[in-house]
Amino acid sequence: MASTITIKTLGKNLNREWFRTFIRKYAIVIIFFAMFVGMSLLSDAFLHPRNLVNVIRQISVVGMIAIGVTMVIITTGIDLSSGSVLALAAVFAASLAQQPGWHDAKYPGLMLPVIVPIVVALVIGLLCGAINGGLIARFKIPPFIATLGMMTVARGFALLYSDRPVSGLSDSYNFIGQGEILKVFPVPNQPPLGLPIPIIILAVVAVSAHVMLNHTRFGRHIYATGGNEQAALISGLNVGRIKIGVYAIAGLLSGLAGLVLSSRVGSGQPGLGVGYELDAIASAVIGGTSLSGGVGTIWGTIIGALIIGVLNNGLDLLNVSAYWQTIIKGSIIVAAVIVDERKNR
Amino acid sequence: MDDNVILQMENISKSFPGVKALSDVNLTVRKGTIHALMGENGAGKSTLMKILDGMYTPDRGQILFHGQTIAVDSTRTALKLGISMIHQELSPIPYMSVAENIFLGREPLGQFGLIDKHKMDADTTALLNRLEIDINPTTLMKNLSVANTQMVEIAKAIAYDSSLIIMDEPTSAITEREVAHLFSMIRSLKAKDVSIIYITHKMDEVFQIADDITVLRDGKHIATVSASETNRDHLITMMVGRELTDMFPKEYAPIGEIVLSVRNLTRRGIVEDISFDLRRGEILGIAGLMGAGRTAVIEGIFGMHKLDAGEIIIKDKHVQINSPADAIQHGLALLTEDRKLKGILGVLPVRDNMIIASLRNYEKRGFLEGRRIEETLAQEKKRLDIKTPSMDQLIKLLSGGNQQKVLISRWLLTSPDILILNEPTRGIDVGAKAEIHKLMSKLAQDGKAIIMISSELPEILGMSDRILVMHEGKVGGIFERKTATQKSIMEAATGQNSVQVKEPV
Repeated sequence: MASTITIKTLGKNLNREWFRTFIRKYAIVIIFFAMFVGMSLLSDAFLHPRNLVNVIRQISVVGMIAIGVTMVIITTGIDLSSGSVLALAAVFAASLAQQPGWHDAKYPGLMLPVIVPIVVALVIGLLCGAINGGLIARFKIPPFIATLGMMTVARGFALLYSDRPVSGLSDSYNFIGQGEILKVFPVPNQPPLGLPIPIIILAVVAVSAHVMLNHTRFGRHIYATGGNEQAALISGLNVGRIKIGVYAIAGLLSGLAGLVLSSRVGSGQPGLGVGYELDAIASAVIGGTSLSGGVGTIWGTIIGALIIGVLNNGLDLLNVSAYWQTIIKGSIIVAAVIVDERKNR
Repeated sequence: MDDNVILQMENISKSFPGVKALSDVNLTVRKGTIHALMGENGAGKSTLMKILDGMYTPDRGQILFHGQTIAVDSTRTALKLGISMIHQELSPIPYMSVAENIFLGREPLGQFGLIDKHKMDADTTALLNRLEIDINPTTLMKNLSVANTQMVEIAKAIAYDSSLIIMDEPTSAITEREVAHLFSMIRSLKAKDVSIIYITHKMDEVFQIADDITVLRDGKHIATVSASETNRDHLITMMVGRELTDMFPKEYAPIGEIVLSVRNLTRRGIVEDISFDLRRGEILGIAGLMGAGRTAVIEGIFGMHKLDAGEIIIKDKHVQINSPADAIQHGLALLTEDRKLKGILGVLPVRDNMIIASLRNYEKRGFLEGRRIEETLAQEKKRLDIKTPSMDQLIKLLSGGNQQKVLISRWLLTSPDILILNEPTRGIDVGAKAEIHKLMSKLAQDGKAIIMISSELPEILGMSDRILVMHEGKVGGIFERKTATQKSIMEAATGQNSVQVKEPV
């Protein structure tokens, strides 16, 4: 008799323990699905395939930045410069992608293959990121300050280079942000739906980043550096080089985001991407990346970005005012961190 | 209860995960006396005092203060009761003034509830004058010397009007003249019926100043004696008096050629002129009191700090080690003393913690070979008998002993020739301790050379082939296993005698 009870309670305990672990591990996914279901009940338009594709397309730019920022935060750093670096890369790239006959061309008559602006955007991002990393790793400047400086400086250079939008971009450049492939998905009463290029880029970046973080030496070193920098150093890791690498990658992805965004809106504007760094940080944090370092996943960050995307989209569909939207978004970010803090206890 | 007794700690017991820090310890302090608390590192002195100061809660036992049972749940409570503690590691707030530090938490308030700076500075001046301490109350703490910082801490304790002041090795960082001043302050406190608990390793100080002496060993109360009725030899015997059991003997390992020579290693103000050799199959123990510079020596060898002078010769080659990465390249491995601060990657799983230093061996075309890593980890887990539910378990959730085994295996996976182990068995349970000792013997038999720092004399004597004793940043003596005794080591470590330092050949 007694033993049955014991076994029963044991089973119950195990179940509860398992349940608790499950909830902890997948809390963010559960929240996402709850929001998803909630939105589809509240709004008819939400579940429309075109709307869903839209949500993902809208998060794709912030998503790319957020992937880089996730790595930065895993090393206990922060990157505030993403939005500005995005703009800097965007204006430079756009100026090299204008139609040769455009009335307001920065370089009239110049026509370059589309690969040139692409490479330029990526190189600008990479350089800005590497400078961030260098300041942090070599000059021991706190990441907050170094990237705050870069945020202001990069924005300044973007405005200096072109104080008005760089428009009239070539079709091949515009394809990056506006194009679709595989236009085969049937939608009732509308032309078939395709896969937007930005979503494909985001998917490729996310998968590569995930593989890098989990299946390369550099990736594991990133986690170790954030988990305990001292111990990582004593274990023979070149912590400085790791940090420079991480910030450089984050910069590269900001440059990529600049490329995609300028192409999507059809012009390189020095004012692009203001505040994107904060959405990116929010995505990472909502997705479970810990600001104290060593913890974070790419899929978590993507879910975090999706939560913000669904929230923006759903609240738009429900005609909630933009002011309320920011209030709700802010509260959710804080709530996510509270949940995360409790999880770690 | 006797009117003359201010403090009575009865049957105090305290365990930490894996270790019993105190078992049934008694301590009785008489009013207006100076009571020395002595014992080796790890004997339980600090733990006992931290219980009295409210930083730890005892598992069992009671504390009577002025005849009343008290429950000290925080340092704040302790202060209110009239108990203040001056910690060995001072924690001033560097960018605040002397006066602000002294009155921290009970600043005198003036109009509108604002801090009355004027009164605070004036009170501080009065206090410092009374104690004959020549410091300006508006000086920032960061600009004070260690000795003056110490004096301010003492002034702070006195400002609380405490009837019991605990001083944890207050003279470890100050000069002789300052010691004299400190002692005269202590005596004048005593004259005002204040009781002092004085933790120290220094024999001469004890006999200069203490009325009573309590000796702790392995978390147990050994004896309380009157200072006038004992002597140095007797005290040392009581402090180390354990019978040396065969709990952790090093097994025979053939001793080979010299693999590491350190010559004249110096970090100014910390360690000076350290020279020694290390051979294959040998365990070199490094003994010494806290702050003697043991850790500084090995961290210097391992490239963690810049050296002012010194040569490191590994296998007959002069080497330049500027970083731990260089050290690892030259076949060194360092198990750090502070597991949490410099060892484990707490938020990461056991897997990463074990493999992090040797990932380059598991790389193929830029990617990690997951299966080979898992195989290696499984082997290591079995070899060291690491108890973890899985490799995905966060290392911070393992016991101290298992964490230590994971860290040891982290280093073994780098295939080092020279292992430096800093307090390899501190804070871990007896079972794991014996296992680690067995492993060390095995490694020596496999031809590894080992340096082991330990504060436990039986461990030093049991495991070491030779023992280097450090005293105040210098080599206080090098002993062969045969000739070393607990007493001779303790004497060399406290600078009691001038041991003939054998020059390495």
